[in-house]
Amino acid sequence: MHRITEFFVGLLFGLGLLLSGMTDPAKVLGFLDLFGAWDPSLAFVMGGAIAVGFFAFALARKRTTSFLGGAMHLPKSTQIDKRLVLGGLTFGAGWGLAGFCPGPGIVSMASGEVKAAVFVAAMLAGMALYEVADRALHRTAVV
Amino acid sequence: MSIDWANFTPWASVSGGILLGVAAAFFILVNGRVLGISGILGGLMPPKLGDAGWRMAFLLGMLAAPLVYGLLAPEGFVKAPRIDADFAAIVAAGLLVGLGTRYGSGCTSGHGVCGLSRLSPRSLVATLAFMGAGFAMVFVVRHVL
Repeated sequence: MHRITEFFVGLLFGLGLLLSGMTDPAKVLGFLDLFGAWDPSLAFVMGGAIAVGFFAFALARKRTTSFLGGAMHLPKSTQIDKRLVLGGLTFGAGWGLAGFCPGPGIVSMASGEVKAAVFVAAMLAGMALYEVADRALHRTAVV
Repeated sequence: MSIDWANFTPWASVSGGILLGVAAAFFILVNGRVLGISGILGGLMPPKLGDAGWRMAFLLGMLAAPLVYGLLAPEGFVKAPRIDADFAAIVAAGLLVGLGTRYGSGCTSGHGVCGLSRLSPRSLVATLAFMGAGFAMVFVVRHVL
């Protein structure tokens, strides 16, 4: 049951990305190009998503278990630190360079786009690099 | 600034956005999980016993999306993604996105959609940072270089 619902959510999310235009890098870059011919469409994506998400998370906060009876894995950190800002800036630079963020990259790869597959491979390498660096630094700090 | 009316798709975009919101709502309420793609991927490095199944099921659902979309969408509605960046830029972008989303604990879905829906100040700061950097990068690439 759990696996079916998780698969369904992934599918729904992928369909949302495709319908919204998020999987089309040219459209994403059109939104990020404030000083050129600006395409405001993606602001509507965020608006639509948050209009629904706001009520869902308001309800989620009041619950101690999920509908399927599991734990509620809500983020606990409220810390605004250097990591958060530098990480966001790094991600944004990459997003603006090619027009892909993680979800649309994966969906476009599944559409059979070679460049999207290369993007996803490089993204996974970047994530692995982070894991290795984080562990190395953490180990040094502990010792 | 001028508005690119020719490419403006408010209805498709708001409808797609609502679908993203419904997916995020379903995930937190039914499964108790925050829908954040970079976190879902990062949790698989390395996969942990009893924690990898839900991540894989979600990702398989995402991978099935183009096929299902092709079956559901009306004829001529499905457009191929337009990817103008060359391979060198694609690789650099992927590395930056991978590193940045893990270092900053989230991407457009986790911080942007879920975090802003939760009214999290932390996610607002992250979202402003990646949007700001995205605007700046496109400005430099298109209007400076």
